[in-house]
Amino acid sequence: MNVDRITEKLNILADAAKYDVSCASSGSKRQNKDKGLGNASNGICHTYTEDGRCVSLLKILFTNVCIYDCAYCVSRKTNDIKRAAFTVQEVVDLTINFYRRNYIEGLFLSSGIFKDADYTMERLVQVAKKLRLEHNYNGYIHLKSIPGASDELMREAGLYADRLSINLEMPTEEGLKLLAPEKNRQDMITPMNFLKDEIILRTEEKKLFKKAPIFAPAGQSTQVIIGATPETDQQILQMSDQFYKGFKLKRVYYSGYVPVLSDNRLPALNTAVPMVRENRLYQADWLMRFYHFNVNEIVNQDNPLLDLDIDPKLSWAIRNLQSFPIDINTADLRMILRVPGIGVQSAQKIVAARAFRKLNWEQLKKLGIAMNRARYFITCNSPQFERRDLTGTAIKQYILAESQSKYIKNSTVQLNLF
Amino acid sequence: MTTLIYDGTFEGLLTAVFEIYEHRLTHVHIQKGEWHNTVLFENAIKVVTENSRASRVMKGLKQKLSAQGLQRLYAAHMAEMEGEDDNLVGYIRYVFDSPQNIEEDYGNKYVMRLSEIVRMVRREKHRMEAFIRFQELKDQTFYSAIEPDFNVLPLLIKHFKSRYADQKWIIYDIRRSYGLYYDLHDTQYISLDFATVNPGNVISAYDDNEAVYQDLWRNYFVSINIPARKNPKLHLRHVPKRYWKHLTEKI
Repeated sequence: MNVDRITEKLNILADAAKYDVSCASSGSKRQNKDKGLGNASNGICHTYTEDGRCVSLLKILFTNVCIYDCAYCVSRKTNDIKRAAFTVQEVVDLTINFYRRNYIEGLFLSSGIFKDADYTMERLVQVAKKLRLEHNYNGYIHLKSIPGASDELMREAGLYADRLSINLEMPTEEGLKLLAPEKNRQDMITPMNFLKDEIILRTEEKKLFKKAPIFAPAGQSTQVIIGATPETDQQILQMSDQFYKGFKLKRVYYSGYVPVLSDNRLPALNTAVPMVRENRLYQADWLMRFYHFNVNEIVNQDNPLLDLDIDPKLSWAIRNLQSFPIDINTADLRMILRVPGIGVQSAQKIVAARAFRKLNWEQLKKLGIAMNRARYFITCNSPQFERRDLTGTAIKQYILAESQSKYIKNSTVQLNLF
Repeated sequence: MTTLIYDGTFEGLLTAVFEIYEHRLTHVHIQKGEWHNTVLFENAIKVVTENSRASRVMKGLKQKLSAQGLQRLYAAHMAEMEGEDDNLVGYIRYVFDSPQNIEEDYGNKYVMRLSEIVRMVRREKHRMEAFIRFQELKDQTFYSAIEPDFNVLPLLIKHFKSRYADQKWIIYDIRRSYGLYYDLHDTQYISLDFATVNPGNVISAYDDNEAVYQDLWRNYFVSINIPARKNPKLHLRHVPKRYWKHLTEKI
């Protein structure tokens, strides 16, 4: 093995892959087979980079050679950078050796598009196939679906990969047209739709025949870049909602645009990465998926942008003070989930624990709810509760004044930009 | 107040519970230790671990707790967290004194505390599943040293045995001086005598490719960082400094 050459390739192709934020390694139930190597289970973050992002998978491009010229992408054709390409065997060896040392949960393989879609997709499938069939490797594999790849290749990919994803890149079709005029959204939606139907079909099959092969057990995901084009949070979240419902996606990832290229269609190079906005979008995404919120409750015509100062649940509660306060000892689980400062686990514990006794502030605090936010919205087994008839603005100010938000410093910097 | 001194085993703890009920003790303090060190206590009882008594208490627990609940209690005790034995005994007494299953009665301080202990233990177990870094030795055994905050090694067997079924491995808790060895069929507890091992021999025992992959991993770790998003606080919260010395990418 030529160590220097492999090291250089790894550096180039990991660097080029890092703007894809998908890191999940959960959702698959692939078992270790015939005393082989690995399994895919609940998802483990093996380390974190200095920017605080989870490292779960060996995330690399097969090659950063690309025939496209998308404005937001470091690997675009006209960008003067070093190019490299792995061989199938090199990716397999790296994956196996990193996996055996417990560095990673598996492989995330993406690629620049060289020659054409099918040619590229075929290489990715070869890697997965070799890992599964020749090395009896049962760890996690996430493959990018290349827009425009044939159904036959997509089907084969689903047999070896745990998750497949196609990045929509821009939240709207207009955004895509502006920054990646050679691509079109339909080319991304067609394979996504094909996989959705295939996954449903195979799941049905699996119910009937236990021996039927598993097919992309961790489903599909996608990613959109935030802040490169002028979409509102309402447009972004409505798009997510539509894809969650229509395409049964497991995740939509939001990637705050990191200015890497100078282009008059894009934010200037010294623009800050919209990290707070990205965080608020994820919080809103969680509200839709785990807290039974409807997208229109979070963003709508009157509130097209998420509040950067406070989280979207608190923001919703302040707009809907008529629904509060609620009595923690009698309210429905669904309503408890809507209280700012109470998470899914705490809500479930509250409902379980109140069957034994009525809960007071001390006990709620012990259960782990964030009292600084929750106390304005609930009553419990205690004569003490917020009696003042506070306005939403006042509540927001009290909460902000008390909290040492990790974002306060950031958000003032961000606000200055506008 | 009566002080009960026991041997630190789970059976010992259950025997102590038996004695509490047998002697109708109300105010008790339980602690692990050697009898001769602690005879200075007034009103101290030495608990002699007795399997027949322990199994009677166990039988009672099985009737009152779910299998999962019992597992949680066992894991909480095995973690050997300093000063928690009174809470565990408090929990067991609450289990026996209540007519129904109280596993989810989080308003009770013992139930709440057990839930906190279990959460801490699970987090440490999960961290070990993430932070263990194997190094390949010349004989193709993969070796890893750990120093977890709590005694979680026994909780790791299932995960590592089902994942690394086709390689021999050792996970060694150097703080507690014992390890796990998987020989391609089963796991067993082992202890290594490091005093007699020459450090020079240890390094020469690594496989030739080991250093190559460690370097590749360090390179990868640097390459995937996005400097424009630097966030050292978040980084430290996820990877506390005390784990760094065994993390290949942080050494």
